[in-house]
Amino acid sequence: MKKKEIMHRVIQLMITLVGVTFLTFCLTYLSPGDPVEMLLEVGDTIVSQETIAETRAQLGLDKPFHVQYIRWITGIAHGDMGLSYSAKMPVADRLWQCLPGTLSLAVSAIIIMLLISVPCGIISAVYRNHKIDYFIRGLSFLGISMPSFWVGLILLYIFGLKLGLFPIAGGVVSLDRIVLPAVTLAIAMSAKYTRQVRTAVLEELGQDYVVGARTRGIPMRKILWHHVLPNACLPLITLLGLSIGWLLGGVAVIEMVFSWPGLGKMAVHAIEMRDYPLVQGFVLWIALLYMGINLLVDISYTYLDPRLKKGGVQ
Amino acid sequence: MKKFFKDKNLFALYSLFVLFILGAAIFAPWLVPYDPFDAAMKDSMLAPSFEHLFGTDKLGRDCLSRILFGMQTSLMMTLSLVVIISGIGMMIGLISGCYGGKVDMVFMRIADMMLAFPGIVLAIAIAGMMGGNIFNTILALAVVSWTKYARLARSLTLKLRERDFIAAAITSGTRLRQIVWRHMLPNILPTIVVTAAMDIGTMMMELAGLSFLGFGAQPPTPEWGLMLNEGRQHIQTAPWLMIFPGTAILIIVTIFNLWGDSLRDIMDTQKIN
Repeated sequence: MKKKEIMHRVIQLMITLVGVTFLTFCLTYLSPGDPVEMLLEVGDTIVSQETIAETRAQLGLDKPFHVQYIRWITGIAHGDMGLSYSAKMPVADRLWQCLPGTLSLAVSAIIIMLLISVPCGIISAVYRNHKIDYFIRGLSFLGISMPSFWVGLILLYIFGLKLGLFPIAGGVVSLDRIVLPAVTLAIAMSAKYTRQVRTAVLEELGQDYVVGARTRGIPMRKILWHHVLPNACLPLITLLGLSIGWLLGGVAVIEMVFSWPGLGKMAVHAIEMRDYPLVQGFVLWIALLYMGINLLVDISYTYLDPRLKKGGVQ
Repeated sequence: MKKFFKDKNLFALYSLFVLFILGAAIFAPWLVPYDPFDAAMKDSMLAPSFEHLFGTDKLGRDCLSRILFGMQTSLMMTLSLVVIISGIGMMIGLISGCYGGKVDMVFMRIADMMLAFPGIVLAIAIAGMMGGNIFNTILALAVVSWTKYARLARSLTLKLRERDFIAAAITSGTRLRQIVWRHMLPNILPTIVVTAAMDIGTMMMELAGLSFLGFGAQPPTPEWGLMLNEGRQHIQTAPWLMIFPGTAILIIVTIFNLWGDSLRDIMDTQKIN
């Protein structure tokens, strides 16, 4: 990718960011709950109208919409994402607190997912229409049809409760606690990804150069490892980037199932508490993470595919 | 030809399953053994037995009855969502593709924006902030899912515009509105319908996911995602509360996925023939 293209992408990214943040900001207006009342009402305390109005003014919630939005955007440009009502700390700090949980979970899920789906997809493609192919395809079909949170509950029940192999109480990031949620996410992702690996490998296997190499007597194993797989990698990396989008959303549900202290669980609580600054910060972060990853994927193409380096043939 | 008949038989079989599910959902009020809202504290958390095949929940409500009623809720939500997104997406795509220019640019920029962002995260935020109820959940998922259909309809329309019969219609002075309704729409509709059919399973799971988080159907509505959320709290003492609703989702989603795939297969064969 040329510098100009990267610049173009970055500008597009900025536009998307503004759009997404605007949309989330609009939501705070449509939302029925009042954050000030949520903030002040602890237990059964009755708060006077003056206190509510005062706090509202303090938080700047009495200002018109565009003033609030511009103030928020300028704040972010200065690295200030506002104050979280519920956690009573700066939004940025709260997000940093929860980031390691989600990142460790996401990275382990991706590793497990690759370990499952890449071999399965290759085997499925190479032994196309054999028993093993039907078996793998059947499994992946089943995986696609299962809600991930239910898979999580079942794993929790079997391995946590019945067999007692893993602790069931969440709350802290640790190696034995990460296994079940990571496997749950990996199962849901590999069902889709196995199919994609299979399709990509099949497509490469159908290319003329494979037939050419075969006629020259090169063993199939060598063709597979040296030619087919490196070529099949390219589309798979793009798809991996896209499935991270699913991961960032799916992680919220799984974090709730396993009480895993990550961004997703934090976001769900923030929404329940009507903690607008925190929700807006969360959406902004996810947007940044996702778009950043996909930009990196596109840039990595240049290095993986020499044809693109000179911006020449496609 | 042989493949066509095989595909067609499969499609007929899966359609039968789908009809069976729809029938069970429609006639749920007459099929259920108990009233799904009827709480009887003395029957709280009974394990599955002949009296209550799937056991009872914390409030003593019969699980089988709630699952059957939940099918009604889930199917109604899913089908209306799929109809809404495919309909709106298709219209926007058609308009974008036919008129081009500024309209096209605005719609496609919005679609790009949605593509560059994990939709489900936004859906969680929308459904959660607007307050959990069935209508808002459908709205939230509709906001993030219509773009797929708009893009598809637009690219199909652009391809159609190159075809001779459209050129013939234009040269013979047919009005644009008539070209869109008479010639464009019937040609893109099959592809949109197949895509929508294949989307039913995914949408059903996403709706259940939002309900599971508490941002969808609210108690006492029988809904599978919500039932799983309630069952989660009693996973240790009453595992049947999470096993049966989950299995129900799995079976229904599998059937709809199989049906969607087989519909695509027969449409493909027809195109070749």
